[in-house]
Amino acid sequence: METMSTFEPTLLARIGRPDCQLLETYQRDGGYEGFKKALGMAPVDVINLVKDSGLRGRGGAGFPTGLKWTFLPKDHPGPIYLAINADESEPATFNNRILMEMDPHQVLEGIAISCYAIKSQKAYIYLRYEYGRSYRALKKAIEECYAAGLFGKNIHGSGFDLDVVLHRGAAAYICGEETGLIESLEGKRAWPRIKPPFPAIEGLFRKPTIVNNIETMACVKQILDRGVDWFKSMGVPPDPKNPRDAGSYGPKLYCISGHVNKPGCVELPMGVTVRELIDEHGGGVWKGRKAKAVVPGGISMGFLSADELDLPLDFNGPGKAGCLGLGTAAITVIDDQTSMVDVLFNCARFFAHESCGQCTPCREGTAWMHKILTRIRLGEGQLRDLDLLNEVASSMGIIPGTTICGLSDGAAWPIKNAIKKFRSEFEEYIQTGRKSVKPSEALMVAH
Amino acid sequence: MAVLNEELRDQIRALFPNYPNKRAVVLPALHLVQDAQRYVSIEAVREIAELLELHPSEVHDTMSFYEFFKDEKHKLGKHRVWVCRSISCMLRGGEELLQHMCEKLHVHPGQTSADGKVTMEFAECLGACDGAPCILVDDEAHMNITPEKADELLKSL
Repeated sequence: METMSTFEPTLLARIGRPDCQLLETYQRDGGYEGFKKALGMAPVDVINLVKDSGLRGRGGAGFPTGLKWTFLPKDHPGPIYLAINADESEPATFNNRILMEMDPHQVLEGIAISCYAIKSQKAYIYLRYEYGRSYRALKKAIEECYAAGLFGKNIHGSGFDLDVVLHRGAAAYICGEETGLIESLEGKRAWPRIKPPFPAIEGLFRKPTIVNNIETMACVKQILDRGVDWFKSMGVPPDPKNPRDAGSYGPKLYCISGHVNKPGCVELPMGVTVRELIDEHGGGVWKGRKAKAVVPGGISMGFLSADELDLPLDFNGPGKAGCLGLGTAAITVIDDQTSMVDVLFNCARFFAHESCGQCTPCREGTAWMHKILTRIRLGEGQLRDLDLLNEVASSMGIIPGTTICGLSDGAAWPIKNAIKKFRSEFEEYIQTGRKSVKPSEALMVAH
Repeated sequence: MAVLNEELRDQIRALFPNYPNKRAVVLPALHLVQDAQRYVSIEAVREIAELLELHPSEVHDTMSFYEFFKDEKHKLGKHRVWVCRSISCMLRGGEELLQHMCEKLHVHPGQTSADGKVTMEFAECLGACDGAPCILVDDEAHMNITPEKADELLKSL
């Protein structure tokens, strides 16, 4: 196993070098050699390589990438689509933005390799509108690829054709849900679809479609260059006690934000602990304070309390402390001077704003959780509100089986987690009739 | 008199080859129209629908889902300024920044300054949490924004 001290970043290796966005410097650094290598292989061998590497999707759910690719129907006449999820909108997550802005060719090479593997001649990059710099960097990089014959018809005489289309979203969190993304790309409201059929069978434009994340694409490129053994030399092997665990291999981009001295994005072997991230990579908690809570992977995952910070951030780690999962591996540090009422209110307001409104338990549940937390925050809460919040949270989501997509589970999780782990703080707040600094009405409303 | 001029129509038509059907051009078309006209009028919705061979209600249904697109009652100013209010920015002063900027322009979130230059809005996570609090001016992110820096930015618009 590679240790921390010998670890060399690969996904972020080129970032910060002069002109790192340009095709010229990318090719000087060996760029597109992995794609050329793939073109010399049978597509199925590329799929097997990615399967053998143990790569799991970096977007949040952690589904094994190679396995997902094998779900496509065999010998389909086409078209088959690759839809890239660049709608990175989970609060506190920005690793894909850094890759797209600073090293767009690494991402595009991963897309080209993946398209070849799944026999897709068309990739759509669904990019959130807010990422203007990513848009311009990718647009330019795509133009460079067409001009250099890396995209287009009969690439390098291989007979393989590829078109890559950049498609901008319109500021809606739900478009990060893969079937919401597909609906949005088709020009409709981003209402997630009931599954099955999964996108691999019937996805974009009702054709077989693979939806993959940006960082996953960068990993595919690195696996082609460096091989399966390299990828498996770091991370956490499968838990022998859990036959369903596929392990957590490879490098991972971790985002660090909130109350730390040095917020940023770092690349480390999968499985770093929260404490190491805060102390060694985030410069410690700011103002000499202590952490009260940490969000382990975007707010949908819930909270870790101060005594849970030695938890490893692999695909299994956060679950051991009652969190929903690793999520986007974006940690947000909350210091000991911050009210968890304010933090939880912020989470509830986010989901009330972002629920797409299709499923009643989510539309109404997120709105009610926001209303109840507004009441608590304004000093008008009652102790029984905590149980009411739990009741609402427990009734919504894929887990109880009442909604189509997981937005609802992500909205419920921080509520359930916070009330369980910080109940005494909520009770004290309610009983003493405390009020946060009087927030303006504009900051209380969801819409 | 058509509200979409030939130039806009050509820009929309130029996107057709990217997709297997015209409906997929709804979002790109709404972006083009709103960028040019600062809102999407009901006439524009009808004309987009005609270009894309859709019923106007289909275009309107999509448009109304995304709060991003504004109708004639909510015309945008010359620039849109979004202040992030999600968790990482909130922890580092994002909400106070939003209040400060709104007070500076004498507007509530969603409103446009009297001179028509700036529409102030709140945003959910802008994905620039390494530079919290952050704001988005049109589609360019500005990071580590203090009230002083915000004042300068507003002046420069």
